Amino acid sequence: MPTKPEPAGAAARPQRPGGASPSSGSDEALMSIEDLQVHFDLRGNALARLLGSGGQKVKAVDGVNLTLRKGEVLGLVGESGSGKTTLGRALLGLVGATSGHIRYGDADLARMKQSELRTLRRRLQMVFQDPHAALNPTMDLRTAIGHPLRIQGLVDNREEEEARVVQALERTGLVPAEQFLDKLPAELSGGQKQRAVIARAIICGPELLVADEPISMLDMSVRNKILQLMLDLREQLDLTYVYITHDLATAKFFCDRVAIMYLGRIVEIGPTEEIFADPKHPYTRSLLKAVPDPDPSRSVPRDLPRGEIPDAAAPPHGCSFHPRCPAAFGPCGWEGRDLAAMFERRWLERGEDIYRAEQPLVAAVENLPAGQEEVSLPVPSGHTPQQVHEVLERTRTEDPAEPLWRGVEALETGADDVRVRFRRGVDPPLGPAGGVEVACHLHDSRFAAEAVQDSPAPDHAGE
Amino acid sequence: MTDPRRHPAGTAGGNGAPALDPVLAVEDLRVWYGTDAGPVRAVDGASFDLFPGETLGLVGESGSGKTTLGRGVLGLLPRAAAVDGVVQYAGRNLVRAKPKELQRLRGPDLGMIFQEPLTRLNPLMRVSEHFEEALRTHEPKTPKAEIQQRAIETLRAMGIPPTRYRAYPHEFSGGMRQRIMIALALVLRPAFIVADEPTTALDVLVEAQIISILADLRRNFDTSLLFITHNLGIVAEACDRVAVMYAGRIVEQGPVAEVFANPQHPYTQALLASTISLNTTGLHYIEGAPPDLITPPSGCRFHPRCPHAMSVCAEQFPRPVQTGTQVVECWLHGPEDLIPPGGTQPLEREELTVADEA
Repeated sequence: MPTKPEPAGAAARPQRPGGASPSSGSDEALMSIEDLQVHFDLRGNALARLLGSGGQKVKAVDGVNLTLRKGEVLGLVGESGSGKTTLGRALLGLVGATSGHIRYGDADLARMKQSELRTLRRRLQMVFQDPHAALNPTMDLRTAIGHPLRIQGLVDNREEEEARVVQALERTGLVPAEQFLDKLPAELSGGQKQRAVIARAIICGPELLVADEPISMLDMSVRNKILQLMLDLREQLDLTYVYITHDLATAKFFCDRVAIMYLGRIVEIGPTEEIFADPKHPYTRSLLKAVPDPDPSRSVPRDLPRGEIPDAAAPPHGCSFHPRCPAAFGPCGWEGRDLAAMFERRWLERGEDIYRAEQPLVAAVENLPAGQEEVSLPVPSGHTPQQVHEVLERTRTEDPAEPLWRGVEALETGADDVRVRFRRGVDPPLGPAGGVEVACHLHDSRFAAEAVQDSPAPDHAGE
Repeated sequence: MTDPRRHPAGTAGGNGAPALDPVLAVEDLRVWYGTDAGPVRAVDGASFDLFPGETLGLVGESGSGKTTLGRGVLGLLPRAAAVDGVVQYAGRNLVRAKPKELQRLRGPDLGMIFQEPLTRLNPLMRVSEHFEEALRTHEPKTPKAEIQQRAIETLRAMGIPPTRYRAYPHEFSGGMRQRIMIALALVLRPAFIVADEPTTALDVLVEAQIISILADLRRNFDTSLLFITHNLGIVAEACDRVAVMYAGRIVEQGPVAEVFANPQHPYTQALLASTISLNTTGLHYIEGAPPDLITPPSGCRFHPRCPHAMSVCAEQFPRPVQTGTQVVECWLHGPEDLIPPGGTQPLEREELTVADEA
């Protein structure tokens, strides 16, 4: 049956009230991803690549393990730069894997050639973010939606192709289909274009749809219709979805499981209900707190993580989130660059006079290389190491709550420098915590005891 | 009969300040764009007041005319647009003001914050030079030291550290650039600012940071803000009053808490119901699509999609009516003496298909 909005305009979610009901995917794996890495070279020229030297690397996907279950909706949630889109594209072989495996049936997508992948794309399809850009402006819908059939050689003649196109149009609610066959994308509204994009994605009979922000470019009143369409299609066609989004509210409604990503890694993954009821990772908690809510009794959230997602070409040491984390403590991976960030914040808050007095003494913090757990601050001429040491000590006394100090093991004054030694940073692995998996030392039995003493337990978000 | 919009109940100022004269009084503003098919009535008779230190949220879907309204207020419309109505600011009507006069007002009096901060900063100019240019243009006598001091102070209030004053725009992240844009607008201390979707291009956490900065504006800078957005959640958090736009008209306006708790216009109700929040358990949507603004529906623009439409709705334009704290343009709220006999009969509605949707 073609799908159409319910006349009441208020169709409740039909089959599955919660995220984790029986129909929400079996335990059978559709695809399993093992230690997937996708790296991009920066500024690397051909010669540098041949010699294996030169350019920096961005680890867009940095060691992801994930099993996609048949019939589920898995959400990949994160900010821009978290690697969610790259991961989604890698699942379809649209970007090459640097290492690792993507096992799908007997095949390993990470090792396949483009020509081999082409046949598989019947079963693996993508819905793009921008429906205005995903359709060729000079192709009418008959041609555009029928295209995959021809590429895959699934139809013998035009009549058969048209019948399939009409069926796809009807399934996606573009009815009467005859009216839409000859339309060009420019004659369609945003929602209709997205329906056409979905029609093209389902025409070959896929089992997996990767939907990359499929509703973020659409208007509010249309978003829900597209989400409803995707839910209906899932029931009718036994689809599995990977839903890529930065919008936690739709992820909560739409997904059975959610993977929260940060800088190329999954930092928390589990059933949607559990993640939203009891978020474990400080990053997940902050995201939930930041979602604007149309409830006027709720005030502007204040205690948000500072700063923004860092440069993926020079990721933080240890846990990638530690520079922004309100609960960060000893083993999170403190390093020289965190000192510079701390002084920037201090000067921002304390004003011009403090900045002028302190900046010349500790100017060296701005140029510290990445990842150093022991740094030496040279003393500028005309000053003594004691003066530099004093600045650091004063900073600590005036703001003892600053998480950085939980990671400082020693402040030593040398003959012509001051050395700061940080505690050894440990990169947190993804491990079980309650019903979910989380990559955070707060939930690691080796460190958890310290964390409780050291850091104020962040209150639960999303309440 | 006094226009109820002139006296919005209990709203002047975000902090419960006594009623003051509005900074900006917009009355029956119309903006039409000429096209081959006829004029597009992008804004078709919008009226609202903006009070000192107040943040007014302007919400609506794309094509509702909210951006055109924001730009119309500042006189930033393309030359081909026809503008009519009154935008009263400091004793003059900006709609009738000469381009030179508007140019002089923009900056020190009227500010604008745009959606995409990257395209609004000159990539070849340092942040410091942006501030020097802005201050020299509008306050030519300011000494250099004062320019720097004021710029750094404003940037500091926006969370940009003084160490970055001489950096170039590309050295900043998207959120930082938007902070710089806000600082650039604020350094001239304008009486009011139009912010057009200032957080739409930003990530959730950065968006929340910027919203809290904008929510603090009224406390720290005493600036009135017209906050254009499609996100009702942002309005709930950052605005004092809200105006809901549909097809070029403001269909409902009032204090945020009241409008959200007790929406009076069927469109506002539908919009709130269709917003997906963390508490969403079912999908609701508005049938049909926003109307074509070249030949808009007769009477109330929303009547073809309205679940409560009456026969009067298709015939006559609704008048603004004060209901409680809100001003609503909807016949459901009267005035009853203007509804013709039999006008309250439910309207037969045509079947809507997806083909008509937005």
